[in-house]
Amino acid sequence: MGQAIAFYTLAAFILGFAIMVVSTRNTVHSVLFLVLNFLFVAALYVLLGADFLAVIQVLVYAGGIVVLYLFVVMLVNLKRAPEAHEDPHRRTTLGFGLGVAVLLELGVIGAYTSTQVPAPVAANAAMPMAGNTEQVGWLLYTSYLIPFEIASMLLLVAMIGAIVLAKREL
Amino acid sequence: MIDRFVIPLVKIAIVLNATLVAVTYMVLLERKVIAWAQSRLGPMRVGPYGILQPVADAVKLMIKEDITPVRADKWVFTAAPIISMVPALIVYAVIPFGPTVTMFGHPVPLYITDINVGLLYVVSVASVGVYGIILAGWASNSKYPLLASLRASAQLISYEVAVTLTLVSVIMMAGTLSMVGIVNAQYNQHIWYVFAQPVAFVLVLIGGLAETNRAPFDLPEAEQELTGGFHTEYSGMRFALFFLAEYANMIVVSSVVTTLFLGGWLPPFPNTAVFHVLYYIPSWMWFFLKSFAFLYLFIWIRATLPRYRYDQLMRLGWKVLIPLAIVNLVITGLVKVVLL
Repeated sequence: MGQAIAFYTLAAFILGFAIMVVSTRNTVHSVLFLVLNFLFVAALYVLLGADFLAVIQVLVYAGGIVVLYLFVVMLVNLKRAPEAHEDPHRRTTLGFGLGVAVLLELGVIGAYTSTQVPAPVAANAAMPMAGNTEQVGWLLYTSYLIPFEIASMLLLVAMIGAIVLAKREL
Repeated sequence: MIDRFVIPLVKIAIVLNATLVAVTYMVLLERKVIAWAQSRLGPMRVGPYGILQPVADAVKLMIKEDITPVRADKWVFTAAPIISMVPALIVYAVIPFGPTVTMFGHPVPLYITDINVGLLYVVSVASVGVYGIILAGWASNSKYPLLASLRASAQLISYEVAVTLTLVSVIMMAGTLSMVGIVNAQYNQHIWYVFAQPVAFVLVLIGGLAETNRAPFDLPEAEQELTGGFHTEYSGMRFALFFLAEYANMIVVSSVVTTLFLGGWLPPFPNTAVFHVLYYIPSWMWFFLKSFAFLYLFIWIRATLPRYRYDQLMRLGWKVLIPLAIVNLVITGLVKVVLL
Protein backbone atom coordinates (compact mmCIF):
# COMPACT_ATOMS: atom_id res chain seq x y z
CA MET A 1 0.00 0.00 0.00
CA GLY A 2 2.66 2.47 1.05
CA GLN A 3 4.74 1.47 -1.93
CA ALA A 4 1.84 2.06 -4.30
CA ILE A 5 1.24 5.54 -2.85
CA ALA A 6 4.93 6.35 -3.17
CA PHE A 7 5.03 5.03 -6.74
CA TYR A 8 2.02 7.01 -7.95
CA THR A 9 3.23 10.19 -6.25
CA LEU A 10 6.65 9.87 -7.84
CA ALA A 11 5.14 8.95 -11.20
CA ALA A 12 2.88 12.01 -11.08
CA PHE A 13 5.87 14.25 -10.36
CA ILE A 14 7.92 12.63 -13.13
CA LEU A 15 5.14 13.15 -15.67
CA GLY A 16 4.51 16.69 -14.44
CA PHE A 17 8.17 17.65 -14.78
CA ALA A 18 8.36 15.97 -18.19
CA ILE A 19 5.44 18.09 -19.38
CA MET A 20 7.11 21.20 -17.94
CA VAL A 21 10.31 20.34 -19.85
CA VAL A 22 8.56 20.58 -23.20
CA SER A 23 6.08 23.35 -22.37
CA THR A 24 8.29 25.93 -20.63
CA ARG A 25 9.28 28.86 -22.84
CA ASN A 26 12.58 29.58 -21.11
CA THR A 27 15.17 27.01 -22.23
CA VAL A 28 17.22 27.09 -19.02
CA HIS A 29 14.07 26.48 -16.96
CA SER A 30 13.29 23.58 -19.25
CA VAL A 31 16.70 22.02 -18.58
CA LEU A 32 16.17 22.51 -14.84
CA PHE A 33 12.88 20.65 -14.99
CA LEU A 34 14.75 17.87 -16.77
CA VAL A 35 17.13 17.66 -13.79
CA LEU A 36 14.18 17.41 -11.41
CA ASN A 37 12.70 14.74 -13.64
CA PHE A 38 15.91 12.69 -13.48
CA LEU A 39 16.14 13.07 -9.72
CA PHE A 40 12.61 11.76 -9.28
CA VAL A 41 13.35 8.83 -11.61
CA ALA A 42 16.30 8.08 -9.31
CA ALA A 43 13.87 8.11 -6.38
CA LEU A 44 11.76 5.59 -8.27
CA TYR A 45 14.79 3.31 -8.59
CA VAL A 46 15.39 3.57 -4.85
CA LEU A 47 11.78 2.54 -4.32
CA LEU A 48 12.42 -0.55 -6.45
CA GLY A 49 15.48 -1.42 -4.35
CA ALA A 50 17.94 -0.59 -7.14
CA ASP A 51 20.24 1.68 -5.11
CA PHE A 52 23.17 1.35 -7.48
CA LEU A 53 21.11 2.31 -10.50
CA ALA A 54 19.64 5.28 -8.62
CA VAL A 55 23.05 6.67 -7.68
CA ILE A 56 24.37 6.14 -11.21
CA GLN A 57 21.28 7.89 -12.57
CA VAL A 58 22.03 10.96 -10.44
CA LEU A 59 25.76 10.84 -11.17
CA VAL A 60 25.58 10.35 -14.94
CA TYR A 61 22.35 12.01 -16.00
CA ALA A 62 21.55 14.67 -13.42
CA GLY A 63 25.16 15.50 -12.57
CA GLY A 64 26.92 14.94 -15.88
CA ILE A 65 24.93 15.05 -19.05
CA VAL A 66 22.48 17.78 -18.09
CA VAL A 67 25.34 20.02 -16.97
CA LEU A 68 26.57 19.85 -20.57
CA TYR A 69 23.04 20.64 -21.83
CA LEU A 70 23.00 23.64 -19.53
CA PHE A 71 26.36 24.78 -20.88
CA VAL A 72 25.12 24.65 -24.46
CA VAL A 73 21.85 26.36 -23.64
CA MET A 74 23.60 29.13 -21.74
CA LEU A 75 26.17 29.76 -24.47
CA VAL A 76 23.86 29.62 -27.48
CA ASN A 77 21.83 32.70 -28.23
CA LEU A 78 18.19 31.65 -28.04
CA LYS A 79 16.71 35.13 -27.83
CA ARG A 80 15.70 35.29 -31.47
CA ALA A 81 12.34 36.33 -32.82
CA PRO A 82 9.71 33.57 -32.72
CA GLU A 83 9.54 33.33 -36.53
CA ALA A 84 13.26 32.40 -36.59
CA HIS A 85 12.29 29.19 -34.83
CA GLU A 86 9.89 28.24 -37.60
CA ASP A 87 11.49 25.34 -39.40
CA PRO A 88 10.53 25.30 -43.10
CA HIS A 89 11.42 21.61 -43.31
CA ARG A 90 9.32 20.62 -40.34
CA ARG A 91 7.31 17.50 -41.10
CA THR A 92 4.38 17.68 -38.75
CA THR A 93 2.59 14.64 -40.13
CA LEU A 94 5.70 12.45 -39.95
CA GLY A 95 6.39 13.45 -36.35
CA PHE A 96 2.77 12.89 -35.42
CA GLY A 97 2.82 9.47 -37.09
CA LEU A 98 5.99 8.44 -35.24
CA GLY A 99 4.48 9.58 -31.95
CA VAL A 100 1.36 7.52 -32.56
CA ALA A 101 3.52 4.51 -33.49
CA VAL A 102 5.50 4.76 -30.24
CA LEU A 103 2.27 5.11 -28.23
CA LEU A 104 0.80 2.03 -29.93
CA GLU A 105 3.96 0.06 -29.27
CA LEU A 106 3.87 1.04 -25.59
CA GLY A 107 0.21 0.03 -25.44
CA VAL A 108 0.93 -3.38 -27.01
CA ILE A 109 3.87 -4.00 -24.66
CA GLY A 110 1.75 -2.95 -21.68
CA ALA A 111 -1.14 -5.20 -22.70
CA TYR A 112 1.22 -8.11 -23.34
CA THR A 113 3.20 -7.84 -20.11
CA SER A 114 0.12 -7.35 -17.92
CA THR A 115 -1.07 -10.84 -18.85
CA GLN A 116 2.32 -12.39 -18.08
CA VAL A 117 3.73 -13.19 -14.68
CA PRO A 118 7.15 -11.52 -14.46
CA ALA A 119 9.82 -14.20 -14.61
CA PRO A 120 12.13 -14.10 -11.60
CA VAL A 121 15.66 -12.89 -12.34
CA ALA A 122 17.65 -15.92 -13.42
CA ALA A 123 18.59 -17.32 -10.05
CA ASN A 124 22.21 -18.27 -10.37
CA ALA A 125 23.64 -20.41 -7.60
CA ALA A 126 27.05 -18.79 -7.94
CA MET A 127 25.64 -15.26 -7.81
CA PRO A 128 26.75 -13.43 -4.68
CA MET A 129 23.69 -11.90 -3.05
CA ALA A 130 25.84 -9.52 -1.03
CA GLY A 131 24.58 -6.25 -2.43
CA ASN A 132 23.15 -4.31 -5.28
CA THR A 133 26.47 -3.34 -6.85
CA GLU A 134 27.81 -6.89 -6.72
CA GLN A 135 24.66 -8.22 -8.35
CA VAL A 136 24.76 -5.69 -11.16
CA GLY A 137 28.46 -6.39 -11.74
CA TRP A 138 27.90 -10.13 -11.67
CA LEU A 139 25.07 -10.01 -14.21
CA LEU A 140 27.02 -7.65 -16.48
CA TYR A 141 30.02 -9.97 -16.60
CA THR A 142 28.09 -13.24 -16.93
CA SER A 143 24.63 -13.13 -18.52
CA TYR A 144 25.02 -9.81 -20.33
CA LEU A 145 28.70 -9.91 -21.26
CA ILE A 146 28.28 -9.41 -25.01
CA PRO A 147 25.84 -6.46 -24.81
CA PHE A 148 28.12 -4.95 -22.17
CA GLU A 149 31.19 -5.26 -24.41
CA ILE A 150 29.30 -3.88 -27.40
CA ALA A 151 28.19 -0.90 -25.34
CA SER A 152 31.76 -0.22 -24.24
CA MET A 153 33.00 -0.46 -27.84
CA LEU A 154 30.32 2.03 -28.83
CA LEU A 155 31.47 4.42 -26.11
CA LEU A 156 35.09 4.04 -27.22
CA VAL A 157 34.16 4.78 -30.82
CA ALA A 158 32.17 7.83 -29.71
CA MET A 159 35.12 9.05 -27.65
CA ILE A 160 37.56 8.70 -30.54
CA GLY A 161 35.03 10.34 -32.85
CA ALA A 162 34.72 13.30 -30.51
CA ILE A 163 38.49 13.74 -30.43
CA VAL A 164 38.73 13.53 -34.22
CA LEU A 165 35.94 16.07 -34.64
CA ALA A 166 37.41 18.48 -32.09
CA LYS A 167 40.98 18.25 -33.38
CA ARG A 168 40.96 18.45 -37.16
CA GLU A 169 44.76 18.37 -37.32
CA LEU A 170 46.32 15.82 -35.06
CA MET B 1 10.53 2.74 17.84
CA ILE B 2 13.45 4.45 19.54
CA ASP B 3 16.01 2.70 17.35
CA ARG B 4 14.12 3.33 14.14
CA PHE B 5 12.99 6.92 14.49
CA VAL B 6 14.20 8.77 17.57
CA ILE B 7 17.90 7.97 17.39
CA PRO B 8 18.28 8.71 13.63
CA LEU B 9 16.39 11.99 13.96
CA VAL B 10 18.49 13.06 16.93
CA LYS B 11 21.64 12.15 14.99
CA ILE B 12 20.53 14.14 11.95
CA ALA B 13 19.75 17.16 14.13
CA ILE B 14 23.13 16.93 15.86
CA VAL B 15 25.08 16.52 12.62
CA LEU B 16 23.32 19.41 10.88
CA ASN B 17 23.76 21.81 13.78
CA ALA B 18 27.32 20.75 14.46
CA THR B 19 28.15 21.28 10.80
CA LEU B 20 26.72 24.78 10.72
CA VAL B 21 28.52 25.77 13.91
CA ALA B 22 31.74 24.17 12.65
CA VAL B 23 31.39 26.07 9.38
CA THR B 24 31.04 29.46 11.08
CA TYR B 25 34.06 28.73 13.24
CA MET B 26 36.01 27.52 10.20
CA VAL B 27 35.65 31.06 8.85
CA LEU B 28 37.10 32.47 12.05
CA LEU B 29 39.89 29.89 12.07
CA GLU B 30 40.75 30.74 8.50
CA ARG B 31 40.93 34.46 9.23
CA LYS B 32 43.05 33.83 12.32
CA VAL B 33 45.48 31.42 10.67
CA ILE B 34 45.94 33.62 7.63
CA ALA B 35 46.45 36.60 9.91
CA TRP B 36 49.14 34.73 11.83
CA ALA B 37 50.79 33.67 8.58
CA GLN B 38 50.96 37.35 7.62
CA SER B 39 52.07 38.61 11.07
CA ARG B 40 48.72 40.18 11.89
CA LEU B 41 46.35 39.54 14.78
CA GLY B 42 43.14 38.85 12.89
CA PRO B 43 39.74 39.57 14.45
CA MET B 44 40.28 40.69 18.06
CA ARG B 45 37.33 42.97 18.93
CA VAL B 46 34.32 40.70 19.42
CA GLY B 47 34.89 38.65 22.55
CA PRO B 48 38.29 37.59 23.87
CA TYR B 49 40.65 37.01 20.92
CA GLY B 50 37.66 37.49 18.62
CA ILE B 51 36.01 34.16 19.39
CA LEU B 52 32.52 35.67 19.12
CA GLN B 53 33.24 37.06 15.64
CA PRO B 54 31.13 34.32 13.89
CA VAL B 55 28.10 35.37 15.94
CA ALA B 56 28.56 39.00 14.93
CA ASP B 57 29.02 37.96 11.29
CA ALA B 58 25.86 35.85 11.35
CA VAL B 59 23.81 38.70 12.82
CA LYS B 60 25.23 41.13 10.28
CA LEU B 61 24.45 38.86 7.34
CA MET B 62 20.92 38.18 8.56
CA ILE B 63 19.92 41.82 9.00
CA LYS B 64 21.50 43.01 5.76
CA GLU B 65 19.24 44.10 2.94
CA ASP B 66 18.35 41.27 0.60
CA ILE B 67 18.62 42.52 -2.98
CA THR B 68 17.43 40.76 -6.13
CA PRO B 69 18.63 42.52 -9.29
CA VAL B 70 15.73 43.74 -11.46
CA ARG B 71 16.89 41.91 -14.57
CA ALA B 72 17.66 38.68 -12.72
CA ASP B 73 15.70 35.50 -13.25
CA LYS B 74 13.85 35.64 -9.95
CA TRP B 75 13.09 31.94 -9.39
CA VAL B 76 16.47 30.60 -10.36
CA PHE B 77 18.22 33.43 -8.51
CA THR B 78 16.41 32.40 -5.33
CA ALA B 79 16.94 28.69 -5.85
CA ALA B 80 20.67 28.80 -6.64
CA PRO B 81 22.00 29.33 -3.08
CA ILE B 82 19.67 26.61 -1.80
CA ILE B 83 20.81 24.23 -4.55
CA SER B 84 24.44 24.74 -3.59
CA MET B 85 23.77 24.42 0.16
CA VAL B 86 21.64 21.26 0.17
CA PRO B 87 24.14 18.83 -1.45
CA ALA B 88 26.86 20.11 0.87
CA LEU B 89 24.69 19.11 3.85
CA ILE B 90 23.15 15.81 2.72
CA VAL B 91 26.57 14.26 2.07
CA TYR B 92 26.97 13.98 5.85
CA ALA B 93 24.36 11.20 5.79
CA VAL B 94 26.96 8.59 4.85
CA ILE B 95 30.09 9.90 6.58
CA PRO B 96 31.05 7.56 9.44
CA PHE B 97 32.27 9.53 12.46
CA GLY B 98 32.83 6.33 14.44
CA PRO B 99 31.79 2.70 14.80
CA THR B 100 28.71 1.48 16.62
CA VAL B 101 28.89 2.32 20.31
CA THR B 102 26.55 1.53 23.18
CA MET B 103 24.83 4.52 24.73
CA PHE B 104 22.34 4.13 27.59
CA GLY B 105 21.86 0.48 26.67
CA HIS B 106 21.16 1.21 22.99
CA PRO B 107 23.56 0.32 20.20
CA VAL B 108 24.14 3.65 18.45
CA PRO B 109 26.15 3.74 15.21
CA LEU B 110 28.10 6.99 14.98
CA TYR B 111 26.95 7.54 11.41
CA ILE B 112 23.52 8.43 10.09
CA THR B 113 23.29 5.60 7.59
CA ASP B 114 25.56 3.06 5.97
CA ILE B 115 24.28 2.48 2.45
CA ASN B 116 25.69 -0.09 0.09
CA VAL B 117 26.75 2.56 -2.44
CA GLY B 118 28.04 5.15 0.06
CA LEU B 119 31.06 6.42 -1.86
CA LEU B 120 29.12 6.68 -5.13
CA TYR B 121 26.44 8.61 -3.24
CA VAL B 122 29.06 11.13 -2.12
CA VAL B 123 30.34 11.55 -5.68
CA SER B 124 26.89 11.89 -7.20
CA VAL B 125 25.65 14.39 -4.64
CA ALA B 126 28.81 16.43 -5.16
CA SER B 127 28.16 16.42 -8.91
CA VAL B 128 24.70 17.91 -8.35
CA GLY B 129 26.26 20.72 -6.31
CA VAL B 130 27.65 22.23 -9.53
CA TYR B 131 24.17 23.46 -10.44
CA GLY B 132 24.15 25.99 -7.60
CA ILE B 133 27.20 27.71 -9.06
CA ILE B 134 26.16 27.58 -12.74
CA LEU B 135 22.66 28.84 -12.00
CA ALA B 136 23.84 31.61 -9.68
CA GLY B 137 26.02 32.98 -12.44
CA TRP B 138 23.37 32.66 -15.11
CA ALA B 139 20.42 33.96 -13.09
CA SER B 140 22.27 37.10 -11.98
CA ASN B 141 22.13 38.29 -15.60
CA SER B 142 25.44 40.03 -15.19
CA LYS B 143 28.60 39.33 -17.15
CA TYR B 144 31.24 38.75 -14.47
CA PRO B 145 29.17 36.23 -12.51
CA LEU B 146 28.37 34.41 -15.75
CA LEU B 147 32.06 34.18 -16.68
CA ALA B 148 32.90 33.02 -13.17
CA SER B 149 30.24 30.37 -13.19
CA LEU B 150 31.37 29.02 -16.56
CA ARG B 151 34.90 28.82 -15.22
CA ALA B 152 33.73 27.16 -12.04
CA SER B 153 31.65 24.54 -13.76
CA ALA B 154 34.37 23.69 -16.29
CA GLN B 155 36.79 23.32 -13.39
CA LEU B 156 34.42 21.17 -11.33
CA ILE B 157 33.56 18.85 -14.23
CA SER B 158 37.23 18.36 -15.15
CA TYR B 159 38.40 17.57 -11.65
CA GLU B 160 35.37 15.40 -10.94
CA VAL B 161 36.59 13.02 -13.66
CA ALA B 162 40.06 12.81 -12.13
CA VAL B 163 38.78 12.33 -8.57
CA THR B 164 36.20 9.70 -9.52
CA LEU B 165 38.78 7.74 -11.53
CA THR B 166 41.14 7.85 -8.57
CA LEU B 167 38.46 6.69 -6.16
CA VAL B 168 38.03 3.52 -8.23
CA SER B 169 41.47 2.30 -7.14
CA VAL B 170 40.50 2.81 -3.49
CA ILE B 171 37.28 0.89 -4.12
CA MET B 172 39.36 -1.91 -5.65
CA MET B 173 41.56 -2.05 -2.56
CA ALA B 174 38.61 -2.18 -0.20
CA GLY B 175 36.30 -4.29 -2.36
CA THR B 176 33.29 -2.28 -1.23
CA LEU B 177 31.54 1.02 -1.86
CA SER B 178 30.23 1.43 1.66
CA MET B 179 32.04 4.10 3.69
CA VAL B 180 31.92 1.96 6.85
CA GLY B 181 33.06 -1.02 4.76
CA ILE B 182 36.09 0.92 3.51
CA VAL B 183 37.14 1.76 7.08
CA ASN B 184 36.66 -1.86 8.12
CA ALA B 185 38.74 -3.01 5.14
CA GLN B 186 41.59 -0.80 6.38
CA TYR B 187 41.15 -2.38 9.81
CA ASN B 188 41.34 -5.89 8.36
CA GLN B 189 44.33 -5.07 6.14
CA HIS B 190 46.20 -3.45 9.07
CA ILE B 191 47.02 -0.35 7.03
CA TRP B 192 45.77 3.13 6.34
CA TYR B 193 45.26 3.49 2.61
CA VAL B 194 47.43 6.59 2.55
CA PHE B 195 50.38 4.17 2.75
CA ALA B 196 48.92 1.65 0.32
CA GLN B 197 47.69 4.25 -2.19
CA PRO B 198 49.91 7.34 -1.81
CA VAL B 199 49.35 8.51 -5.40
CA ALA B 200 45.59 8.24 -5.05
CA PHE B 201 45.78 10.18 -1.79
CA VAL B 202 47.62 13.10 -3.39
CA LEU B 203 45.31 13.07 -6.43
CA VAL B 204 42.16 13.12 -4.31
CA LEU B 205 43.58 15.87 -2.12
CA ILE B 206 44.41 18.09 -5.13
CA GLY B 207 41.08 17.27 -6.76
CA GLY B 208 39.30 18.03 -3.50
CA LEU B 209 40.92 21.46 -3.33
CA ALA B 210 39.82 22.14 -6.90
CA GLU B 211 36.29 20.86 -6.35
CA THR B 212 35.75 23.09 -3.34
CA ASN B 213 37.10 26.11 -5.26
CA ARG B 214 39.80 26.62 -2.69
CA ALA B 215 43.14 28.31 -3.20
CA PRO B 216 45.28 27.72 -5.24
CA PHE B 217 42.36 26.76 -7.49
CA ASP B 218 39.94 29.53 -6.46
CA LEU B 219 39.67 30.96 -9.98
CA PRO B 220 35.88 31.22 -9.85
CA GLU B 221 36.29 33.95 -7.25
CA ALA B 222 39.43 35.60 -8.55
CA GLU B 223 38.73 39.14 -7.34
CA GLN B 224 41.13 40.87 -9.69
CA GLU B 225 39.55 39.42 -12.81
CA LEU B 226 35.94 38.78 -11.88
CA THR B 227 35.00 41.38 -9.22
CA GLY B 228 34.16 38.62 -6.75
CA GLY B 229 32.92 35.64 -8.70
CA PHE B 230 29.60 33.92 -9.33
CA HIS B 231 28.02 35.39 -6.19
CA THR B 232 28.79 39.04 -7.02
CA GLU B 233 25.10 39.98 -7.26
CA TYR B 234 24.10 38.24 -4.04
CA SER B 235 23.75 39.97 -0.71
CA GLY B 236 22.82 39.20 2.87
CA MET B 237 21.78 35.69 3.81
CA ARG B 238 21.81 34.38 0.24
CA PHE B 239 25.45 35.31 -0.09
CA ALA B 240 26.01 33.68 3.29
CA LEU B 241 24.52 30.43 1.98
CA PHE B 242 27.15 30.24 -0.78
CA PHE B 243 29.80 31.00 1.77
CA LEU B 244 28.50 28.32 4.14
CA ALA B 245 28.25 25.80 1.29
CA GLU B 246 31.90 26.35 0.39
CA TYR B 247 33.07 25.73 3.94
CA ALA B 248 30.67 22.82 4.42
CA ASN B 249 32.17 21.29 1.27
CA MET B 250 35.63 21.75 2.72
CA ILE B 251 34.59 19.78 5.78
CA VAL B 252 33.06 17.13 3.51
CA VAL B 253 36.28 16.76 1.54
CA SER B 254 38.35 16.50 4.74
CA SER B 255 35.98 13.90 6.18
CA VAL B 256 35.91 11.84 2.98
CA VAL B 257 39.71 11.91 2.62
CA THR B 258 40.02 10.95 6.29
CA THR B 259 37.61 8.05 5.81
CA LEU B 260 39.19 6.73 2.63
CA PHE B 261 42.88 7.25 3.30
CA LEU B 262 43.45 7.82 7.01
CA GLY B 263 41.29 5.01 8.32
CA GLY B 264 38.34 7.13 9.45
CA TRP B 265 37.91 6.51 13.15
CA LEU B 266 40.85 4.07 13.36
CA PRO B 267 44.05 5.04 15.19
CA PRO B 268 47.39 4.71 13.38
CA PHE B 269 48.53 1.11 12.88
CA PRO B 270 45.01 -0.31 13.20
CA ASN B 271 44.53 -3.86 14.46
CA THR B 272 48.12 -4.43 15.60
CA ALA B 273 48.62 -5.66 19.15
CA VAL B 274 51.68 -3.49 19.89
CA PHE B 275 49.82 -0.22 19.35
CA HIS B 276 46.64 -1.29 21.10
CA VAL B 277 47.13 1.48 23.63
CA LEU B 278 46.04 3.98 20.93
CA TYR B 279 42.50 2.63 21.19
CA TYR B 280 42.10 4.37 24.56
CA ILE B 281 41.48 7.59 22.64
CA PRO B 282 37.82 7.42 21.59
CA SER B 283 37.18 6.62 17.95
CA TRP B 284 35.31 9.83 17.06
CA MET B 285 38.18 11.80 18.56
CA TRP B 286 40.58 10.26 16.03
CA PHE B 287 38.16 11.10 13.24
CA PHE B 288 37.85 14.74 14.27
CA LEU B 289 41.58 15.14 14.85
CA LYS B 290 42.36 13.86 11.36
CA SER B 291 39.66 15.92 9.66
CA PHE B 292 40.80 18.99 11.52
CA ALA B 293 44.36 18.41 10.32
CA PHE B 294 43.08 18.48 6.75
CA LEU B 295 41.05 21.63 7.32
CA TYR B 296 44.15 23.28 8.73
CA LEU B 297 46.13 22.09 5.72
CA PHE B 298 43.58 23.72 3.39
CA ILE B 299 43.93 27.05 5.18
CA TRP B 300 47.70 26.73 5.28
CA ILE B 301 47.75 26.14 1.51
CA ARG B 302 45.60 29.19 0.96
CA ALA B 303 47.95 31.33 3.03
CA THR B 304 51.01 30.02 1.20
CA LEU B 305 50.37 29.34 -2.49
CA PRO B 306 49.56 31.83 -5.25
CA ARG B 307 46.58 31.25 -7.51
CA TYR B 308 46.90 29.11 -10.66
CA ARG B 309 46.22 30.58 -14.07
CA TYR B 310 43.19 29.15 -15.85
CA ASP B 311 45.11 27.32 -18.60
CA GLN B 312 47.55 25.92 -16.02
CA LEU B 313 44.60 24.64 -14.02
CA MET B 314 43.08 22.88 -17.01
CA ARG B 315 46.42 21.45 -18.10
CA LEU B 316 47.05 20.10 -14.61
CA GLY B 317 43.62 18.49 -14.51
CA TRP B 318 43.55 16.86 -17.93
CA LYS B 319 47.19 16.22 -18.70
CA VAL B 320 48.55 15.30 -15.29
CA LEU B 321 45.85 14.18 -12.88
CA ILE B 322 43.70 12.07 -15.21
CA PRO B 323 46.62 10.11 -16.79
CA LEU B 324 48.10 9.58 -13.33
CA ALA B 325 44.75 8.35 -12.07
CA ILE B 326 44.47 5.87 -14.94
CA VAL B 327 48.05 4.60 -14.43
CA ASN B 328 47.37 4.25 -10.71
CA LEU B 329 44.20 2.32 -11.45
CA VAL B 330 45.98 -0.09 -13.79
CA ILE B 331 48.81 -0.66 -11.30
CA THR B 332 46.34 -1.26 -8.48
CA GLY B 333 44.50 -3.79 -10.63
CA LEU B 334 47.74 -5.59 -11.58
CA VAL B 335 48.96 -5.74 -7.99
CA LYS B 336 45.60 -7.00 -6.87
CA VAL B 337 45.59 -9.76 -9.51
CA VAL B 338 49.19 -10.77 -8.79
CA LEU B 339 48.83 -10.81 -5.01
CA LEU B 340 45.51 -12.65 -4.86
